[in-house]
Parts: sequence; structure tokens; C-alpha cells
Amino acid sequence: MHPIAEKVRSQFPQAFIESRETLGELSIQIRKEEIVPVCRFLHDDPDLSFDHITDICSVDFPEDQERYEVVYHFYSILKNHRVRIKARVDEEDCQIESVCEIWKGANFLERETYDMMGIEFRNHPDHRRILMTDDFEGWPLRKDFPTEGKGWRNSFDEFLPRPDEEGEEGLGN
Amino acid sequence: MSIETKEKEKTEDSPLPKRSEDLLLNMGPQHPSTHGVLRVVLDLEGEKIVKATPHLGYLHRGVEKLAEVSTYNQVIPLTDRLDYVCSMTNNFSYVRAVEKLLQIEIPERGEYVRTIVAEMQRLAGHLFWLGTQALDIGAMTVFFFTFREREVLLNMFEKICGARLTMSYYRVGGVDQDLTPEVIVQLRDFLKEFPPKIEEYNTLLETNRIWLARTKGIAYISAEDAINFGLTGPPLRGSGVNYDIRKAEPYAAYDKVEWDVPMGKNGDTYDRYWVRVQEMKQSARIISQCLDQLPEGPFLADLPKFTLPPKSLVMSDMESLIHHFKLVTEGFRVPPGETYCGTEAPKGELGFYIVSDGSGKPYRMKIRSPSFIHMGAFDYMARGYMIADVVTIFGTYDVVMGECDR
Repeated sequence: MHPIAEKVRSQFPQAFIESRETLGELSIQIRKEEIVPVCRFLHDDPDLSFDHITDICSVDFPEDQERYEVVYHFYSILKNHRVRIKARVDEEDCQIESVCEIWKGANFLERETYDMMGIEFRNHPDHRRILMTDDFEGWPLRKDFPTEGKGWRNSFDEFLPRPDEEGEEGLGN
Repeated sequence: MSIETKEKEKTEDSPLPKRSEDLLLNMGPQHPSTHGVLRVVLDLEGEKIVKATPHLGYLHRGVEKLAEVSTYNQVIPLTDRLDYVCSMTNNFSYVRAVEKLLQIEIPERGEYVRTIVAEMQRLAGHLFWLGTQALDIGAMTVFFFTFREREVLLNMFEKICGARLTMSYYRVGGVDQDLTPEVIVQLRDFLKEFPPKIEEYNTLLETNRIWLARTKGIAYISAEDAINFGLTGPPLRGSGVNYDIRKAEPYAAYDKVEWDVPMGKNGDTYDRYWVRVQEMKQSARIISQCLDQLPEGPFLADLPKFTLPPKSLVMSDMESLIHHFKLVTEGFRVPPGETYCGTEAPKGELGFYIVSDGSGKPYRMKIRSPSFIHMGAFDYMARGYMIADVVTIFGTYDVVMGECDR
């Protein structure tokens, strides 16, 4: 087992699920309840010192029981190593703790994850949509969200007044 | 711009009513200095910024969703539209991630050509940045000077691949076309003329009192904060952190040539400017060494299952026609797995996280775009500065909204 994974396992035996090393990249699967303590350990431990946040995103697996996978990428500038942390999130309880307290850069990344996949981040300082408008309905990157839209554009006629229409709402008057 | 004012309570004891106002000022999305469609809502106290809230998403086109229904080759033109100022580096970053998943080797000449073109793109990107940043601050001449050189580079790009901005030059397995001897001669000529040109820009800026007043000490960020915010590229190196993926995790031909990572000390706008100017010199160094070492051989890997056959063969050779048909209609299959691959783009670390389920289309593609992450630090870096500095702070990240909003 990779020394980083070994260290995480010995520190958090109840949170650790599995670790995998593919294409020279280490990924560690943990339970979502322990995400903040694990991340704080990764950040603070002098041998690991994952001080640089690279990315946070999520992947949707509609067939799985725990449908969403939140994926964190961390990098250590001091030690020049990377790690990928994964935590599964259930559809009924679609939330996970925010890591903004540890990395300030997580703020926008978590907002994007929420915006695109609808996963809520508890204790996030500014929990809003970021790329889509505030009144947008649906979560675009979920697999059940259609690529060609939900047909909103077909109903634009109802809202736009026509110049040739009579009455108060017509543009011609 | 729309303005909402709210007058503060007047203090009783002062003889003259002291007028101080809290202002909520909307800047953008249509504003010439926001480099596209960035909108920021500023809480002001007089002219001082109390809070700056960026509103993103005006250029969101759903590239990540589109990638899920496109074959791997179809994604390459989509990546052009991320950072449209330096489209080649986006192609480079994407094809590297796919190649990592496929575990294929690139011919040596291909690697060198990729390095040369990526560095040319870095020059073009930094020239664009320098011109527009100076223009935002009020120095117009620099803009004309840098765009003169950028034009030479764009003309070379046109010779290399036929396009000037959205190039789609990189392919999985190599590059689309070889560098012609004509381009190499032109490039050598350009490199001879280029270092004096950098001095020319510096004479306009380095000791310019207005430039110094507008950049020294503006948008300061310490090394710890820069790391904590996840900044990369010149904004991180301007604070004195030595992190450049080309050195930390060498790829292409970067470990075969000699060059240095320029680093700032103070973490302000001036240092980031200095870092970018030095990077241009280093890029020129890298290109000229690569041209000297440029080996002969193929520029595209000989893997008919993944790379499109030459057009001339498609209509005359049966095998090539079959491969062409298969690749265009179905795309190549990528073994199941996942990878994150970061590349040093002119703006910072541009990374692609790709999850493959074994089909011909990416199951999930996440773009780690430096502009988006840099905008996350905008509020922190803008607080306490004057409203006139906002354009300087946009500029100092080298933010391109196409990449920020994706």
C-alpha cells in the first residue's frame, strides 16, 4: 500500500474504505462523514502537507446505491506529491461537509460542484449557484439532465408579446 | 453601471455635515476592462472597496456536458474555446490527459514540436496580457508594440495549422502537421529580434512613474494565502512560491532544455508583471534550444487505432479508409479508468480530470481552469483598494472568461 494511504488508514481506520494506485496516481476512498478530519490531517501533517488545493468535482453514477462521488485533488508544493480523495454521497442525503475552513480556494470549487450536480456543502460560507442563474432549475451535469435542454425554449412564445397582436401587451401599440 | 446609495447617519457633533456613503456599484458584464463578460458587484465606502462579489457564468456554454456526448477527438475543438487567447495550450492539456489514459508514447519529434508551439503560444498569451494590462492602466503605446509581435506569431500559427485563434493543432498521439522549414526559418528570425523588443516594452513601463504607482503594492497576496487559495502560474510565482509543473512534473521536452523559473518576491501586481516578462525571455530560450535539438522523424504516433490516417491515403488505401471511418463515426475506445493531468498554461495550471467507462466518449470530464480559481481569490485581494484598482486586479490574473465559465 502507498505510504500516504497507509498513514490515512492508521489515523482513520473507521473512515478509510480503500485505496487504489492507477497510472501512477493515488486515490483514497473514504466515508463522507469524516471528510473534514481527514482533510485537516492531510493539510496539517508535516509528512503529507497537502497545502495546495487543485480541484473539487463530482461524478454521477446513476446505477449505484450511493449515487454521487465527490472527488478532491490535493497537491503538496513542499513534497511534490498528489492525492485524490473520494467520498460517496447518497441521493436521499445529498450533502457533505465543506472544507472551506482548511483551503479558502475550496469556496468557488464547492459552489461549482453544488451548481452542477446539486450536492450540498454544509457550513459553506456562501452557498449559492455560481455559473447558472439563481432561478435555474435542475442540475446540469447529472446524467439524467438532458443534453438538449428541457424544452424551455419551446414555450418562449407565451412570454414574448408579438408586434402584430392587438391589445395592451402588443409592442405595436 | 447602476448605483444604489445609502446615506450614513450624520454625526451630531461635527459642525459641517460629513457626507459618507456606502455604495453598491455594479461593474460589468459589459465593460471594456473586464476582458469579456465578467460582472462584479462592489460594496464601496467612498472609493474604497469593502467587498467585491464576482458574478460568473455569463459565458457558460456547458463544455463539460458537451464533452460527455462527444467522441474524444470531437472534444479537441471544444477545448479551443476555453482560453481562446492561448488555444494551443488547452489542446495540449487535453490530449495529454487522454494519452495518459491510453498510455501511448509520442514520437520524439512530436514532443519537441509540441513544446515549441506551446511556448510560442505562451509568448502570444503573455504579449496579449501585457498589452491589455497596460491599456487598462492607461499606457496605450505598449498595446501597439506587443500586438505587433503577436501578429508575427499568429501569422506563423496560420502557416503551421491554418488558423490564427482556434487552432486545434494537437492530436492524440502527436500533432496535426509538421513544422515546415519555412516556419523554422521565420521562427529563428523572430527569436533574434524578440529580446530587444522586450527591452523596448520595459523602457516604456519599468521606470514609468504611473505604471509603478498603479502596480507596486496593489493586490498583494502572501505566499501562504496564494497556496491556500490554490493559485497557480504567475500569480503564485509572483508571491515567491517555486511551483511550475514544467519543472515539478516534467513533460514533453521541458526536461531536455535549460531554463529557469522566474519568481517574484513581493506578491503584488508589479511582481506578477515582472514574472511574466521574464517568462517570455525563458520561453524564447526554450524555443531556440528546442529548434537546435529538433530531431528528425515522425510527428504523429503510428497507431492507426487512435490517430487519423493522412488524408492522401484515405481515398487510395482500403485500410486507411476503414480506420478513418471508424475513428470519425465511433471514435477510439479508452480503457476504463480515471486520470488527472495538469499542464502549465500561460495562466496557471490547466488540468483535465477524465473518467472513462471504456466507451468512445468521456464519462465525465472536469476542467480545472486557472482563471476560475483565481477569481475565487478576487474578493480577498481587492478589499481595501481603490475602485480604480479593480481593473488592475482583473488584469493581474490574466483572466479569460471563456476558460473561467467554460
